[in-house]
Amino acid sequence: MNVKTAISIPTEGAMGKTGTWRVFRPVIDTSKCIKCWRCWIFCPDAAISRNEYPSIDYEYCKGCGICSNVCPVKAIEMRREEK
Amino acid sequence: MIVIDTANHIAALAAKMAKPAVIAAYPITPQTTIVERLAQYVEKGELKAEFIRVESEHSAMAACIGAAATGVRTFTATSSHGLLLMHEMLHWAGLARLPIVMVNVNRALGPGWNIWSDLNDSLAQRDTGWLQFYASSNQEVFDNIIQAYKIAENSDVMLPAMIAYDGFILSHTSMPVEVPSQQEIDAFLPPFKPSWTLDIENPITHGNIVPPEPYMEIRYSMHQAMENAKKIIEEVGEEFGRKFGREYGLVEEYRCEDADYVIVTMAALAAEARVAVDELRSKGEKAGLLKLRTFRPFPHEYLKYDKMIVIDRDISPGLGGIVYNEIKAGGKEVYGFIAGLGGVDVSYKDIERIYELAKEGKEGWYPTEVK
Repeated sequence: MNVKTAISIPTEGAMGKTGTWRVFRPVIDTSKCIKCWRCWIFCPDAAISRNEYPSIDYEYCKGCGICSNVCPVKAIEMRREEK
Repeated sequence: MIVIDTANHIAALAAKMAKPAVIAAYPITPQTTIVERLAQYVEKGELKAEFIRVESEHSAMAACIGAAATGVRTFTATSSHGLLLMHEMLHWAGLARLPIVMVNVNRALGPGWNIWSDLNDSLAQRDTGWLQFYASSNQEVFDNIIQAYKIAENSDVMLPAMIAYDGFILSHTSMPVEVPSQQEIDAFLPPFKPSWTLDIENPITHGNIVPPEPYMEIRYSMHQAMENAKKIIEEVGEEFGRKFGREYGLVEEYRCEDADYVIVTMAALAAEARVAVDELRSKGEKAGLLKLRTFRPFPHEYLKYDKMIVIDRDISPGLGGIVYNEIKAGGKEVYGFIAGLGGVDVSYKDIERIYELAKEGKEGWYPTEVK
């Protein structure tokens, strides 16, 4: 290609460990979870995967809280990170 | 085939013959009849393109960018305030290296509200990385659009191209235009081969964050592409000449060889200046004309004459004529005139008068203040 423009191939962690950006940590209460997978659908960073219950990859979860916001049964609580 | 029609209808015809897959446009005076005609072509099935109706010119350019990024040929047209509303997206198209072709019908900027010819709209886009071509006749409008695709899509260029011409003076004036057959156009302009595409099978991110050093490389590559374009414009113009009998370059020189003073201008003013040169010559004056066909890339190498008279239908307040100042930077004896803003008529007689004034060592706003 003769042309230089801004192109990147998507790879895991292309922007580094974005989990360090997090101020609030989403914590799933599996006793409330109805496995509707809305959190998995809406997560903008693909940091939620489908296992028996949704599981969150804290290496990359930025703590945006969208999962908690879209959860219809309020099974995801946003807890302040303690450091 | 000879077609007698307005520059706007000729532009629509040229765009149709280039076979864009996507057209996204918003109507604005004096460009409207281009969009109307293209919508008609699509509606009648004469042009197999997606016509996206958008809510603004910013969206029109954004839609063209998205479409071009999938690797298809695109077209849009605008004017004046519409072009200015696109400004952010013009930079994006340039840096994304997408060879979108757009017509801009030159029109003055308001307030005061004015729909007549003035080149300030397109000249204000000079740093966006778009190739800029200026036409002096409806024939040039047609020829420039066809060539623009071939130049913009060249793998050594890959930059968007703007075809500009004067509102009403050309846009709504009928002239005879030689139109090649579709077969001849297809042979001259093969289908577009993109340098990168958005493809769901091979996902990429475009427009991602770029750190300082690679960013500078991207800018350098873009500047090099503009420099490469000079050669490509001349090659494509020569090939066009061989095939269709009308040769093009970066500039058009008329009776310049022995000229004492060379008039430098572009767009419709250049057609008028050509008549003025003949009139001046018949009176024994050694006048010449250098018409700028391209403003970006800027053809510095052709502006070699000792004495030049630059007529600008544009103004950079606080500096002066835009073309004048780009040329003056070369250190030659240059006389600058601002004329015809907001569609003020500038006839060949005015240009003869400007020539006489320059010979007296004067310059300035014609006829408002010349000294």
